[in-house]
Amino acid sequence: MNKMMTSALTKAVFGLSVSTVALLSSVTNAQGNSRDTITAVGSSTVYPFSTVVAERFGKNTDFKTPKIESTGTGGGMKLFCASNAIDTPDLANASRRMKKSEFDMCAKNGVTSITEVLVGYDGIVVANSNTASAMKVTRKELFLALAKDVPAKDGSEKLIANPYRVWSDINPTLPANKIEVLGPPPTSGTRDAFAELVLEAGCKKYAWIKAIKKQNKSKYKEICHSVREDHAYIEAGENDNLIVQKLTANPKAFGIFGFSFLDQNNDMLQGSIIDGQGPAFDAIADGSYPVSRPLYFYVKNAHVGKVPGILAFLKEYTSEAAMGEEGYLTDKGLIPLGEVKLAKVRNNVLSLTPLALNK
Amino acid sequence: MTNSIDKNITGNATPAKLQTKLSTTEKVALSLKKRHQKERRFRNTGFSAVLFGFMLVVILIGDITTKALPAFHQHWVKLDVNYQSDWLSVDANLSGYELTQQLKTANFRKVLRNSLYPMFVNEQTPKLSRKDKRSAFKLFSSNAEFTIRDALLAAPEDLNETVSIWVRLDDDVDSYLKEGFAFGTAGLRIDEQQAQWVAKLEQEQRIESRFNTSFFTASDSREPELAGIKGALMGTLLTMFVTLLLSFPLGVAGALYLEEFAPKNRLTDIIEININNLAAVPSIVFGLLGLAVIINLFGLPRSAPLVGGIVLTLMTLPTIIIASRAAIKAVPPSIREAALGLGASKMQVTLSHVLPQAMPGIITGGIIGIAQALGETAPLLMIGMVAFIVDVPTSIADSATVLPVQIFLWADSPERAFLAKTSAAILVLLTLLLVINTTATVLRSKFEKK
Repeated sequence: MNKMMTSALTKAVFGLSVSTVALLSSVTNAQGNSRDTITAVGSSTVYPFSTVVAERFGKNTDFKTPKIESTGTGGGMKLFCASNAIDTPDLANASRRMKKSEFDMCAKNGVTSITEVLVGYDGIVVANSNTASAMKVTRKELFLALAKDVPAKDGSEKLIANPYRVWSDINPTLPANKIEVLGPPPTSGTRDAFAELVLEAGCKKYAWIKAIKKQNKSKYKEICHSVREDHAYIEAGENDNLIVQKLTANPKAFGIFGFSFLDQNNDMLQGSIIDGQGPAFDAIADGSYPVSRPLYFYVKNAHVGKVPGILAFLKEYTSEAAMGEEGYLTDKGLIPLGEVKLAKVRNNVLSLTPLALNK
Repeated sequence: MTNSIDKNITGNATPAKLQTKLSTTEKVALSLKKRHQKERRFRNTGFSAVLFGFMLVVILIGDITTKALPAFHQHWVKLDVNYQSDWLSVDANLSGYELTQQLKTANFRKVLRNSLYPMFVNEQTPKLSRKDKRSAFKLFSSNAEFTIRDALLAAPEDLNETVSIWVRLDDDVDSYLKEGFAFGTAGLRIDEQQAQWVAKLEQEQRIESRFNTSFFTASDSREPELAGIKGALMGTLLTMFVTLLLSFPLGVAGALYLEEFAPKNRLTDIIEININNLAAVPSIVFGLLGLAVIINLFGLPRSAPLVGGIVLTLMTLPTIIIASRAAIKAVPPSIREAALGLGASKMQVTLSHVLPQAMPGIITGGIIGIAQALGETAPLLMIGMVAFIVDVPTSIADSATVLPVQIFLWADSPERAFLAKTSAAILVLLTLLLVINTTATVLRSKFEKK
């Protein structure tokens, strides 16, 4: 390479850096006080539903397609509650109700007017390959199979490290297969919900453990929410299409994930019957399937009117065509609210009734 | 002592008596076979290591390619759409701009439904039940109503006419046709009734498999049959543009200063240790830094390729600086001394002698850094690039996502057809890497020729 080329190269490189810096500052200035795209953050469980609505909204209206980030419920709340400034998100998806602590954090930062939207329900299933037979199991048995410490077999009020290796150790009617469950990691909202709805529910069946709750709540939680760490419970992706392949390859293994995943892969997987009820669409909707949780999103009322289209988006989200009994969200596996409840939610949302959390 | 050496050369099986009689040449000749054997074994181990690695790559790429193949074609179906103005609820007497405005919000879903039901009735079932209507409607992509809307908007004179229009089939039907189920039988989220309808459409030659151009021309979608990588690809290109623009000049300038100008003292030692350390910092930490400083402090927009590029610059800088320093160090001191001896200034020496000599090494370092940045998702999570973004970004301040993030999001989606999309996006990412590496090799050989 000759001298001229080098100096030309140097100049070019120098020029480019200068122009980048200039561009950088111009962008900072351009980021003024307006935004034309609705932004949402939050739960990866609500993400598949909010994105469908966002996409339809973008196609049906002249507004831009809202941007939906998948940050997890807790992470989303932090961003949402940061302030009322226009560069903070307008909506926060949540796979559980907003906590009091989060509500207070919001209020502290000036985000005082929030509308809560109950989207629908999501079932959590324990599924296996449909080449094996479906398992009939109770929540107590699931607790015994998956908890870190379980009550001693002799009936004394003592906790021992989980001794169960095969399902039939717990209940002779269960298959004599090794306990092998692929489930979500601790960071996931699905794991929280599973621990609360299945493990804790099973755990509570022991009266003496339930009695601990009154004396020492954190100890109770530790007993009931801890998952065993001896490879019987394998942390896998939360909602991951690889999990389907893993379960098909190993018919003795079970997986824990959201109902929409089972619904989309029902030719290969089947859900276990928990407390006498299989995870069918109607059973989750009427509440007879015990493991289901509500899904929410939250709206920052201060942004309505500042960011174009928020009200229209809420209208689309809560419409019969989306959240209704036969709406397009049910095609994606959402369990709908039912007519009466939906009408109530819609009224609340469209009048932007602010949320009040008292407990 | 001698004995042990003998043992080493000849092996320990030789009786002691025999050894005393042998000359050195004979001993060597005796051991030769064994030594050759050892060498062969050594060489074969190396070769099988390469073979093993290569095999894994072939299996990986083979697996991805076979899984990706279904994503590259798509089944379409021909509909006879009857654009009746009373179904659309538009005024047929209008024309021009006013008509277009009305058509934009017209009820195309009704037109679609009413146009497709007649295809599924016959003598036995002259009228479809509500449930049948629902399952018939599900055979078609949810985008079909927009396809027919756009067709009418493009040719408003078709109002009140019947036109044949090709629309996409739903992803479940598409997968059913691709996965080779026995025709007319139930399978993969398709019931018997729907399977028979599909068989009927096929018989009437209404179904056609086409190359899936929308995979390259469309942006992300929650419907697998519509989802494409254009948005993510543009996002990747914009982000890499920013990264390259910032990290390469900064990295090279830093390396030049540290190697050529900086005094050797404790401060530069500390800087050096820090740079080496930074190269090993987990990438998510840079994302946190980006969130705290670039977004919260400087107020740059979330999810923008600009911010992504800056964060990835921070991540790749150490790699580029280390590689560039090594390349600069490798330039023989004699060249510098000769130039200095002829009266060149330090800057002239650096720019016209050291830098050109070191360029091939610097470019290699830059490419390794960029390739690293190309596959990163973790730091982008913190700055909001793990998101559902439909509009294709056109500038570095728009909201965007990148290819690896798109792969991650699709892998997370419950719909089966996204499995193929995921693999296809991986293939595109690998191709992009290949292109970058090839460019680097070409550039390097160009610089090496002097």
